[in-house]
Amino acid sequence: MANDLIQISVCSGTGCLDAGSLLVRTAFEDHVRSQGLEKTVAVNFGGCAGTCPQGPVVTVEPGGVLYHGVQPGDAAAIVGEHLKGGVLDRLRYEPPEEPSKIPSTGALPLYRHQVLRVLRNKGLIDPESMEEYIARDGYQGAAKALTQMTAEEVVATVKNSGLRGRGGAGFPTGLKWEFASKSVADQKYLLCNGDEGDPGAFMDRSVMEADPHSVVEGMIIGSRAIGATKGVIYVRAEYPLAVKRLQKAIDDATAAGLLGKNILGSGHDFELSIYLGAGAFVCGEETALMRSIEGKRGMPRPRPPFPAHKGLWDKPTVLNNVETYANVPPILLHGADWYRSLGTQKSAGTKVFALTGAIKNVGLVEVPMGIPLRTIIYEVGGGIGKKNKKFKAVQMGGPSGGCIPEHLLDTAVDFDSINATGAIMGSGGMVVMDEDNCMVSLAKFFLGFTADESCGKCPPCRVGTRVMLDLLTDITEGRGKPGDIETLIDICDDIKNTSLCGLGQTAPNPVLTTIRYFRDEYESHIHDKWCKTGICRDLASFEIDPEICTGCGVCARACPQEAIVGEKKKPHRIIQELCIQCRTCYDKCKFNSIQIKASRKLTGVAAAAEGGKH
Amino acid sequence: MSKLTAEDLVRLRDKARAAMDFEKQGYRGKVVMHTGTCGIAAGAEKVMAVLTAELKERNVTDLVVTTSGCAGICSREPLMTVQLKGQSPVKYTELTEAKVKSIVEEHLVGGQPVEKLAFVMGCEAAY
Ligand SMILES: Cc1cc2nc3c(=O)[nH]c(=O)nc-3n(C[C@H](O)[C@H](O)[C@H](O)COP(=O)(O)O)c2cc1C
Repeated sequence: MANDLIQISVCSGTGCLDAGSLLVRTAFEDHVRSQGLEKTVAVNFGGCAGTCPQGPVVTVEPGGVLYHGVQPGDAAAIVGEHLKGGVLDRLRYEPPEEPSKIPSTGALPLYRHQVLRVLRNKGLIDPESMEEYIARDGYQGAAKALTQMTAEEVVATVKNSGLRGRGGAGFPTGLKWEFASKSVADQKYLLCNGDEGDPGAFMDRSVMEADPHSVVEGMIIGSRAIGATKGVIYVRAEYPLAVKRLQKAIDDATAAGLLGKNILGSGHDFELSIYLGAGAFVCGEETALMRSIEGKRGMPRPRPPFPAHKGLWDKPTVLNNVETYANVPPILLHGADWYRSLGTQKSAGTKVFALTGAIKNVGLVEVPMGIPLRTIIYEVGGGIGKKNKKFKAVQMGGPSGGCIPEHLLDTAVDFDSINATGAIMGSGGMVVMDEDNCMVSLAKFFLGFTADESCGKCPPCRVGTRVMLDLLTDITEGRGKPGDIETLIDICDDIKNTSLCGLGQTAPNPVLTTIRYFRDEYESHIHDKWCKTGICRDLASFEIDPEICTGCGVCARACPQEAIVGEKKKPHRIIQELCIQCRTCYDKCKFNSIQIKASRKLTGVAAAAEGGKH
Repeated sequence: MSKLTAEDLVRLRDKARAAMDFEKQGYRGKVVMHTGTCGIAAGAEKVMAVLTAELKERNVTDLVVTTSGCAGICSREPLMTVQLKGQSPVKYTELTEAKVKSIVEEHLVGGQPVEKLAFVMGCEAAY
């Protein structure tokens, strides 16, 4: 019976792991298996109860009995007592009478759903100290790959792990390595993409800054797998701290013989250097990135030939993202099955997200793949930042991605499920929007970005994004016409189908998804000349609802234009001629008495006249 | 540094582990200031200066004071983690000069975590 099940949770917090909780968990599992108790005793990992000095900590349900200082040899005794309905007093931890008021990480939703694999050293080590990286098992994965495994075994391990590229497209990393490993050439290259061009994304920067050796180690392993002897990390020059720390990591690793000739006595050579990117979005695209390293203007070229055959300087080349590489060392250390123990069948492991926008907990989080979007936003992210505001949509994948609305929040976060919504997993930017965001303006913002960043090679992208931007600008400024939505969709299809690289192929996504999920907003902008969020200034006016206004005067004092008048405790009024639509009153009013109405310029007679022109 | 072998790496790991363990090094605790770009932008370096000045003034020399990367809660920077012997690590967020002074007085010197200023206690799940 399910409620007879004894649940043994071994703490997987970093403190308990350091104290040996991994061996403790294995001991419990072995004991349960050897005694044939699989049906009555379940063993898993649990969160931190905030009793770290007592580690390894084990919790047993039912009863929530806490054990501390548990050693592998204690497993049998603990299981034995609980099977009898008892408790093992020798190791029982009695929490203090007056428990601390500080919540434990295991109790806070922000931490409860997170598992740190990529960010395993987050905040724990000095990023500029190679010794501290090594203290936390750093370079052990590389040592195993170089001294105990063949290149084929390294490729097979990464392939079996199910790791997919974290740069956006989710291409299987092991497969990419396999292609390149089979290419025969006098020189091969291994590159790292640290360009991170998506507005709102900062995962890769954080990894490079906080744990630069994890990228270096992942690259050493990759170089072994494909037989590359030279590597380059391409980082945008706007990330000076990342560049500094990566350079120090490379220098220290080289001095220690972890880079250079005959690494760890294995006979494998690998030299690593940094190339500074100038911050063009298109240079994040793989073929453009390679041209940029060659000193040419960063422009994509057609594939084939694929970089695995002809890449940098026409030699076989593999390019992977920063987070992809940071995933690799523990895969080598703990094995492919370990990696697959989190995530879904087709999207293994964890994903790092940069949560930003209208969310309470802005920051960097790492969660198992397959977790519902709702859990990330409402639990990990703490929900919408501003009180009284409702969630509207979340933009995933930046300018190449799309928005996901409220009714799809139960979507599992994995590559394929996110693709099905019209957005993409992307590299991990998650921009959350509340009801104050205008979706047409959002699409315009991203189109402005892609139109600027289009390298100009393919006319559908260069001209098409510009035409779309003009249409969106017209719509947000009151010049939208019936049929504009259809025209937009039409151009989107053309750009998608005829652009050479991912920039053009994905540029329409923000427009397509906002039309798909928020078509009513496009329609009210076009037909009613009304932006209900008041973001499009030409399509809105702010008015005080006299029924709701209490006359508290907060808005009047806050108004920079002194445009709000009224007697104390009587309903106030906005003098429309003075109002500059700065939204201050709207944000300040505690009673939601400020209403967003159609534009004063375009209402009534004016609107009729305007409408008549079309 | 001379060129490492795989065996050296294991020895180096064990040595480095011991070196990172403040208790083994004879210290009473460890204070980590999180100085990623986000932390620095929010003023972590200024807060760090206040911290070191306060500790110096009080002649506290039995704590390891160090820096590390972003701890993930960027909207609540500047941020520091304090761990004293026998206690779980405690994170303090949105640090100001005044907060740092009370944390030094009550936690670092007095030994008691400042409950009203602390954000969270314990470790994050890994593996
Ligand atoms: C316009 C454009 C920009 C890109 N920017 C990045 C980027 O900033 N970082 C990144 O890792 N991948 C970026 N990519 C994806 C890369 O082309 C490539 O697929 C990726 O780096 C491969 O690494 P992965 O297999 O580890 O994901 C971009 C692609 C396109 C089309």
